[in-house]
Amino acid sequence: MYQIVNKQNLNPTVTLMDIKAPYVAAKAEAGQFIILRVDADGERIPLTVAGYDRQNGTVRIIFQIVGATTEKLNHLNVGDSIHDFVGPLGTATKLDGLKKVCIVGGGVGCAIALPIAQKLHEMGCNVTSIIGFRSKDIVILEDDFRAVSDRMFLMTDDGSYGRHGNVCVPLNEMFAEGEKFDEVITIGPLIMMKFVVKATQPTGIPCTVSMNPIMVDGTGMCGGCRLTLHRDGESITKFACVDGPDFNGYEVDFDEAMSRGTTYKEFERAAHEHVCNLFKQEVK
Amino acid sequence: MPNMNPKKNPMPSQEPDVRNHNFKEVALGYTEEIALDEAARCLNCKNMPCVNGCPVNIHIPEFIAKIREMDFEGAYQVISRDSSLPAVCGRVCPQETQCESKCVRGIKGEPVGIGRLERFVADWHNAHSTTPSDIPASNGHKVAIVGSGPSGLTCAGDLARKGYKVSVFEALHTAGGVLVYGIPEFRLPKAIVQKEIDNLSALGVDVETNMVIGKTLTIDELFDMGYEAVFIGSGAGLPMFMNIPGENLKGVYSANEFLTRINLMKAYREDSDTPIMHGKHVAVVGGGNVAMDAARCARRLGAEVKIVYRRSESELPARREEVEHAKEEGIEFCLLTTPLSIKGDDKFSVCAMNCQKMELGEPDASGRRRPIPVEGSEYDIDVDCVIMALGTSPNPLIKSTTKGLEVNRKGGIIVEEATGKTSRDAVYAGGDAVTGAATVISAMGAGKTAAKAIDEYLANK
Repeated sequence: MYQIVNKQNLNPTVTLMDIKAPYVAAKAEAGQFIILRVDADGERIPLTVAGYDRQNGTVRIIFQIVGATTEKLNHLNVGDSIHDFVGPLGTATKLDGLKKVCIVGGGVGCAIALPIAQKLHEMGCNVTSIIGFRSKDIVILEDDFRAVSDRMFLMTDDGSYGRHGNVCVPLNEMFAEGEKFDEVITIGPLIMMKFVVKATQPTGIPCTVSMNPIMVDGTGMCGGCRLTLHRDGESITKFACVDGPDFNGYEVDFDEAMSRGTTYKEFERAAHEHVCNLFKQEVK
Repeated sequence: MPNMNPKKNPMPSQEPDVRNHNFKEVALGYTEEIALDEAARCLNCKNMPCVNGCPVNIHIPEFIAKIREMDFEGAYQVISRDSSLPAVCGRVCPQETQCESKCVRGIKGEPVGIGRLERFVADWHNAHSTTPSDIPASNGHKVAIVGSGPSGLTCAGDLARKGYKVSVFEALHTAGGVLVYGIPEFRLPKAIVQKEIDNLSALGVDVETNMVIGKTLTIDELFDMGYEAVFIGSGAGLPMFMNIPGENLKGVYSANEFLTRINLMKAYREDSDTPIMHGKHVAVVGGGNVAMDAARCARRLGAEVKIVYRRSESELPARREEVEHAKEEGIEFCLLTTPLSIKGDDKFSVCAMNCQKMELGEPDASGRRRPIPVEGSEYDIDVDCVIMALGTSPNPLIKSTTKGLEVNRKGGIIVEEATGKTSRDAVYAGGDAVTGAATVISAMGAGKTAAKAIDEYLANK
């Protein structure tokens, strides 16, 4: 069992938790992920590491409440325990030698982008952050990003906070002005990453994306997390859990990844509704 | 006088039309009466050919003699001298190619039902025995086992009985490896696997779940923690695909994923949090035991199921018994057929599979006749789910984080056959991590071999 030692609601649907998991905390690096199960019969869900404290043996996760499992997880409080918590899985984001990087985060993906921005800042790298949200009420981690960024753009789709527009707006402006980066790293919804890749492509700047597909074991056994890379006219199957989760954005087949991501949509919607109803009955 | 009936006692089973709607165990097991009748068929041969057919050399005539004496606990004790998992082996060993293939009674008739008797004895023990195992006196040495599948559990059990302090590290949340995530409940009830693991815990074996060796801890760190030897039984790795168009459509599973969702995550139960697609028309590609397991699971979830295999029936690698069970349950076999592509609808979901007929040519390197495509024989079958059961390649996690651990061209860990020793001192390996996909009992044999070698190594250190 893995105890929750800190919990904060970052916005109405996004929650931060620090989990006591010394083995995972000792090894975790930005870009890696963990798999957890809330209870003894629960499903396994992957969550990318949002931070770690090696001294206190805790790992930070930030999750959006999108289904039954995250709903159940959000109902736990400090002092409660999670049944299973395993990791760190996948490979760490490769940051060696980078001097000037643009980090583009979208929505809850910003939680995963933050430790990368922090690591780069610690390394003395020049960090430009672009973080985007649907609207003001769901903005998260603004101060944390500001603290580690040499330049920052906060975007909202509806213009209710920061600048109006999506994350590609400032990215395109910078590219138009001839701005160069060693790398663009983007983490967020698949459709956003697809457009960030498209915007970056003409510049030839390497563009890394963080994939978060459906997984079961997370250790290279089930193959559910497979995705297609297009390289030199060939299609290559890769497994996000052991080969990723980071990939060269220019090679990823986003359309396929988006369609695979919807495989269990109907089931997930029904399961989420069911769990919400159970919690409502409990309250009554 | 031995029972000279040329036929072995049939296994009482659930009726096919009943069992293909539930996940309860198919084979119900011999009753005491049947077991005694079957045990009387053993001639108690002096040279015991059956023992040589068993990868772990169980003293078969001796345990059968105990059954005849109605000393069932005594029979269990005979088996457990050599096997850590009798209730498992009695169910999933391919006895027809091992012990039973050597049985003298098989020359004129059917061999003694050794596997069924083993299962009877193990189930009797689990139901009746209350005597707690004695924890062996400690010899002060610590050994780490990576993976809690059949090879790891066997190695752990053998070492614990010799007084070693054994820790088993399991990557998943439940111990048992393929016995839990791969083999379905209706062939091997999970409560039986748990019972075998509890028996090991009673011997003092410590099982730690959620520990991915190669990630959470490395092999070198295990030595730093005071373990003096390590056995790697990390099992199968990434699933293989055919590299044909459409394999990443929604509705295409690897058998590993399909079975893990159903067996480990209990997706067949309505109250499970883990989803699984309930296809109406399912094609399973492959002809091994895993293909049969996947097909029979899909059938139980309500599908019409076809097995698509490129050679003919006699080349099917699955156990005869599994093929018969699958047929009885209404699974159709499309033999001499190979998929060319999988077709999707406008929602990227599987809607058909394009196949080609094959014919058999000359034998290839494996000794089996090579399938050759029949030109112009392409046709579509309507399916909404495809399961690829084509085998696996070894898991890269340990190899990539362990310096000096040599692997072969396919990624399997290289070991000395007689000892299981790897290219690293004090590191041993066995099971699918070495051989690629094989059987439970051969993995157990490898675990046993390594336990003996580890004991010799640490005793002489």
